[in-house]
Amino acid sequence: MSDLTGLTIAEIRDGLATGQFSATELTHSYLAAMEAARDLNAYIVETPEKALEMAAASDARIASGEARPLEGVPLGIKDLFCTEGVHAQAASHILDGFKPVYESTVTANLWADGAVMLGKLNMDEFAMGSSNETSYYGPVVNPWRAEGSNAPMVPGGSSGGSATAVAARLCAGATGTDTGGSIRQPAAFTATVGIKPTYGRCSRWGIIAFASSLDQAGPLARTVRDSAIMLRSMASVDERDTTSVDLPVPDYEKAVGGSVKGLRIGVPKEYRIDGMPPEVEALWEQGKAWLKEAGAEIIDICLPHTQYALPAYYIVAPAEASSNLARYDGVRYGLRVPGDDIAAMYENSRAAGFGKEVKRRVMIGTYVLSAGYYDAYYLRAQKVRALIKRDFETVFEAGVDAILTPATPSAAFGVASKTTASPIEMYLNDIFTVTVNMAGLPGIAVPAGLDAKGLPLALQLIGRPFDEEMLFRTGQVIEDAAGHFAPERWW
Amino acid sequence: MSVDKDIVKRVARLARIAVSDEEAEALKGELNTILGFVEQLNEVDVTGVEPMTSVVAVDMKKRADVVTEQDQAERIVANAPAREDHFFVVPKVVE
Repeated sequence: MSDLTGLTIAEIRDGLATGQFSATELTHSYLAAMEAARDLNAYIVETPEKALEMAAASDARIASGEARPLEGVPLGIKDLFCTEGVHAQAASHILDGFKPVYESTVTANLWADGAVMLGKLNMDEFAMGSSNETSYYGPVVNPWRAEGSNAPMVPGGSSGGSATAVAARLCAGATGTDTGGSIRQPAAFTATVGIKPTYGRCSRWGIIAFASSLDQAGPLARTVRDSAIMLRSMASVDERDTTSVDLPVPDYEKAVGGSVKGLRIGVPKEYRIDGMPPEVEALWEQGKAWLKEAGAEIIDICLPHTQYALPAYYIVAPAEASSNLARYDGVRYGLRVPGDDIAAMYENSRAAGFGKEVKRRVMIGTYVLSAGYYDAYYLRAQKVRALIKRDFETVFEAGVDAILTPATPSAAFGVASKTTASPIEMYLNDIFTVTVNMAGLPGIAVPAGLDAKGLPLALQLIGRPFDEEMLFRTGQVIEDAAGHFAPERWW
Repeated sequence: MSVDKDIVKRVARLARIAVSDEEAEALKGELNTILGFVEQLNEVDVTGVEPMTSVVAVDMKKRADVVTEQDQAERIVANAPAREDHFFVVPKVVE
């Protein structure tokens, strides 16, 4: 079979079960695709030997009738996840040479379910960025380009390598993490499906920390069904993460294809922002029409504190990051740059090891947490955060089942097109996604159309805490109506 | 509130990041842009609002106070840039 990389995870499962191809053949197809796509810079490290070893084990399992839920499915892993004995550097120079001696819970869950690791995926350094341009390993290129143009576009970030790899068929699915939109925004930019589950659904153990009260892992995949299959394996209750919530993991795939008849879908007026491109507005209207046709009821809702989510995020996330990143001191792991004394060694190591965006955020975080400023910044931001959460609780209590919004304020932009702009301009990419992290809710981005230049656009659905099933149900309606989008191969 | 170059250098010192004069100048502008952006939070009336301390209302999990993973010294120092036996080596701290 020649086109194995075109199969969805659901199709792989069926093909392997019926012996149409082997896990080893499938893995070889992906390894060849990865080799041919190195210009996209999606993978930081490829692990072909490990992949083939895991695929052989999967073939043995399948032969003996002991296939597990993700048996033989080749996946890419974001560099933020600790993988035993394999490069894990959060795409940062400060973790130079770091090879974890342990495995993250999420990746361990995937391997326990039979998945095959193809390699580690590029990302924004420490997941700080919305374009995958802050990586120590250089920018990732989006497989999508504007019609009639050769200009490289960003895949979004921070899970940009994951999004590009899924869209360009360099893995069947990928792990991502989402602190302010880092799964959903790159999914939107590449016409892939990305879900950030409820905070506490996936264990954070072994995921290199950025902002602990916001970070959540989730999948990027080609279809809503595939993302449901992956999330079921990634999610678990983990005693090693005290914020892991003690709730059984449902079989999410069962929710895919469920009727949305009679559901109440909220549409928040605050997401209609100034300067929103008419195409995004039109897509949103289209999304409402699709859900209405499928029998859902569209309700106008009000989330009055929406505009304060992004500024509050830019206090909370850097504050937590400055604390989490204090551990990179040139002593226990990673880069060490000598200095005259121990303080100079710390300062030189961190100056050489962190990139510009990371330094900027660590500095902001250090400032807002420093003596005399805590109440004015961090405490106030956490109070605003409580109000943002209350906004959502109020609409859910009023009987809204899910909320429909655009996923991003625009389609993908050009590589290096925003490097001279103010940092705020880049931050505005997350304006529709960041509220969800602040409130800890689940959110999914589903491809919904192309703009006039032929670049992908997506819709976002936001659900009640731990109601990911509602997102898979409603997301499938969008997917069925919008169809599938794949980039034309040029690389 | 805005920061000047001296404050930037003080914050860099607290964050343990070596910053040159030119970098401090550039960071001053960037930090003031961000601090200006977050200023809008002052419009929000937060009187009587409890700050959010956890995303999901659950009791902090506690585990039994027992040793679960012991004798891991070799694994712990495995990634150290400088080590001697099972110790991390750092520049002299006490004269």
